[in-house]
Amino acid sequence: MSEVESPQYTAKDFSSDQDVRWCPGCGDYSILKQVQSVMPEIGVEKEDIVFISGIGCSSRFPYYMNTYGMHSIHGRAPAIASGLKVANPDLSVWVITGDGDALSIGGNHLIHLLRRNFDLNILLFNNEIYGLTKGQYSPTSPEGKVTKSTPMGSIDHPFNPLSLASGADGTFIARAMDRDPKHLRDILRDANSHKGTSLVEIYQNCNVFNDGAFGQFTDKDTREDTTVFVEHGKPMIFGKGGSKGLILENATPRVVDLTTGEYTVENLWVHDKYNRFKADVLMRCFEVPEENGLPRPFGVFFETERPCYEDMLHEQIDYAIERKGKGDLDALLAGTNTWEIK
Amino acid sequence: MENQISEKSTRVREEKKDVTILFAGDSGDGIQLTGSQFSNTSALFGNDISTFPNYPAEIRAPQGTIAGVSGFQLNFGSVEIYTPGDLCDVLVVMNAAALKANLDKLKIGGTLIANTAGFDKKNLKLAGYVDMRNPLENDFHGKYRLIEIDVTKLTREALKDSDLGTKEKDRSKNMFVLGFLYWMYNRELAPTEGFLKEKFAKRPDLVESNMAVLKAGYHYGDTSEVFTSRYEVKPAPMPTGKYRNAMGNQALAIGLIAAAQKAGLSLFYGSYPITPASDILHELARHKNFDVRSFQAEDEIAAVTSAIGASFAGNLGVTASSGPGIALKGEALGLACILELPLVVINVQRGGPSTGLPTKTEQADLFQAMYGRNGEAPIPILAPASPKDCFEMAFQATKIAVEHMTPVMLLSDGYIANGAEPWMYPSASDLGEIAPKYAAKAEDEVFLPYKRDAKGVRPWAKPGMKGFEHRIGGLEKADLTGDVSYDPDNHQKMVKIRAEKISNLAHVFPAQEIDQGEMGAQLCILTWGSTYGAVKTAVKEMLETGYSVAHIHVKYLYPFPKNLETLLKSFDQVLVPELNNGQLVRIIRSEFLIDAKPLNKIKGMPFTSIEVKEEALKFINS
Repeated sequence: MSEVESPQYTAKDFSSDQDVRWCPGCGDYSILKQVQSVMPEIGVEKEDIVFISGIGCSSRFPYYMNTYGMHSIHGRAPAIASGLKVANPDLSVWVITGDGDALSIGGNHLIHLLRRNFDLNILLFNNEIYGLTKGQYSPTSPEGKVTKSTPMGSIDHPFNPLSLASGADGTFIARAMDRDPKHLRDILRDANSHKGTSLVEIYQNCNVFNDGAFGQFTDKDTREDTTVFVEHGKPMIFGKGGSKGLILENATPRVVDLTTGEYTVENLWVHDKYNRFKADVLMRCFEVPEENGLPRPFGVFFETERPCYEDMLHEQIDYAIERKGKGDLDALLAGTNTWEIK
Repeated sequence: MENQISEKSTRVREEKKDVTILFAGDSGDGIQLTGSQFSNTSALFGNDISTFPNYPAEIRAPQGTIAGVSGFQLNFGSVEIYTPGDLCDVLVVMNAAALKANLDKLKIGGTLIANTAGFDKKNLKLAGYVDMRNPLENDFHGKYRLIEIDVTKLTREALKDSDLGTKEKDRSKNMFVLGFLYWMYNRELAPTEGFLKEKFAKRPDLVESNMAVLKAGYHYGDTSEVFTSRYEVKPAPMPTGKYRNAMGNQALAIGLIAAAQKAGLSLFYGSYPITPASDILHELARHKNFDVRSFQAEDEIAAVTSAIGASFAGNLGVTASSGPGIALKGEALGLACILELPLVVINVQRGGPSTGLPTKTEQADLFQAMYGRNGEAPIPILAPASPKDCFEMAFQATKIAVEHMTPVMLLSDGYIANGAEPWMYPSASDLGEIAPKYAAKAEDEVFLPYKRDAKGVRPWAKPGMKGFEHRIGGLEKADLTGDVSYDPDNHQKMVKIRAEKISNLAHVFPAQEIDQGEMGAQLCILTWGSTYGAVKTAVKEMLETGYSVAHIHVKYLYPFPKNLETLLKSFDQVLVPELNNGQLVRIIRSEFLIDAKPLNKIKGMPFTSIEVKEEALKFINS
């Protein structure tokens, strides 16, 4: 791409001519809006942006973006995006997927995409339910979840998507939610700035089949006690009026009360997104807050630098050309052993 | 060759038109290398050749057992050669198991060369000779010409001054056999010497030891009193031109590279390792300086979908596999079909169903290629006839995929993939052009991604092209715009449009020719894929005898060339030999209402020309 001034776009420029067809009240609307708002800020020409999705409610997303896009098949968006990125590393690629698409039918592609570290962004809309097929439990639904396919409650143990991503050596791992647009936009910008595969899990409310699944994290009454928004270099404070904090004791997080005088902000765990071990501990804060009191963290958990697959692939091609010269088709056709019949 | 090889003047020189040799031994005996060296040397000498490696599914099956026997058959001649031969003139066995597994392939009166060291009690037991009677002491006399050589002992003797360990010395015993056969057929050692120097560039001691054993084998033939005749197989009268040896998978890979270059496209190859297709990946990965992007994906589905992603971005997306992998790719092929993006899909068929016979050949995936997708998803199907033809058909498959914006299926098989033959290779400038149809429009014009040209082909707009931003997907799309559409009439229209685009290729494909014989013959033998050679040989012999027979070989299987029906209807009878339970024959019957008859072989092995001829004669005589 040539060095030109950042294009002057508005969010509206990224809205396609298609009617958005999610259910009224769906959390996807907010995510779409935040993505369209952030796009003008990333400094990429519209024609160099590609949205790739699989199957599911969230995967309709590309149809609504006035960029290049592909609504592909169930679970395969990461693999399609891999080929796309190899073919043209200059593109800004966004994979749109859901909990079923990314973690169930497409689980294999997701982990391999993360370990290869293609430079692209994955937005994983997690609503803990299968919406498009009308309400079966998903690989992130909690145990005991009663759905159409689990009338006696789910006996499947759910994935912890962020720990899974960490296990696959993801280089940027973050969590956001549909109900906090400003924070979501911040995370989207960070994800875009990261060179490598950025995984952003977005809690998204399915108001038809799983309404309020994340209510405790989004409702005004509870959210301050159940969530902690982590920022690099800042202590982990949460609770009403900043009344609580997290400390790290023997590699185990614990909630402390900041109002009694026993603990001050100085004692708290300061978030270091470059520390893999601590990030893993943070991702493990995944229990139901009422049960152990630990809040659910949001923000960028982990970030590190690692070479990207597509860059290394093209370096090998460049090196091969440097060493052997640009491919000579006649030499290839002839091979090394020839003879002539006259 | 530096050394002068003397020859005893008393030797009889016997001239032969063609010879079939089968090398057989343990899978660790270097049989494939021995066979391919003899092939290369004979090809360089000017013989026409055809080869057939036949190896076990296990990498190192228990030594000395039947399961571990590896074979390499080659047919070379001073006449045109179309198959690796039916029965062998010479069978080389390195141990008892190799003999037991292959003796039925030796002609009566043929030559049996046996490594006696492989016939000790242990080997006899492993091979399952229960009475422990050495078959070499049997009454082979009169039935076969038996040449017993203690290869192991003679190899060690040849290397008695070498510092190599016994194990390493024994590893070169295949060179003794090769040397001996070079003597028998009066071949030069120089090509193999060149090969060894390249292979062991960093181990000059191994070049030396292997050459010592190769020469020892050669001299053994010359000096031993046992052997009275040498054979001469003169160069074949092949068309003038430049030749090289080509293996099927290798020629296929080169065809893909050539096509991508001619189309001005970068080649993206997404693949998951599978026998017998992996060699295409290996070959392509070697040619990165042709801007080949080979991608070993996490599974078969990622292999094909990454290729679709690459094609969307403007590369030539290619994926290959064998039947089980193609089954996994099925849904993605439907996606490529509805997206209308270029995609070349190669199936190097093997014995099925399921894992089946991974290292054996079969043609049982034609139905899969034709019908193996959900919904109405027609895909053009092409099939090469022989190893060298893989080049041409890979080139043509790419041309169709790119110029008609469609996935194309190329059906090779294990027999073609691993077989080799001399190839009169083209020069780059002889190859046809491939012209991608990139999107173009006036600046203020709205881009319609599914607006078609006269051939029904939609434009290719790749990300990065300003003003062509568009969304495509697996949902049914409205005509012209490509927007999602659930309209019933539109769906029917789009299904018909996509089908017609593919069926119209019948007018693009070359007209079907009769390979041998004339229209209106009493019998037509109709073939596809790797059965070409055996049937060609059979029909040639039948025509020479004066039978009314013809041979038609179809390389374009979907759609069929437009004149195929007329041709087929001119014959009294049509026989369709296939390495399956009857697939092309059923398609022919249903397409053309012709009472075509099947000839099926489902043994993981190719037809012999004798088998074809025997069946064909039943039709002609009846």
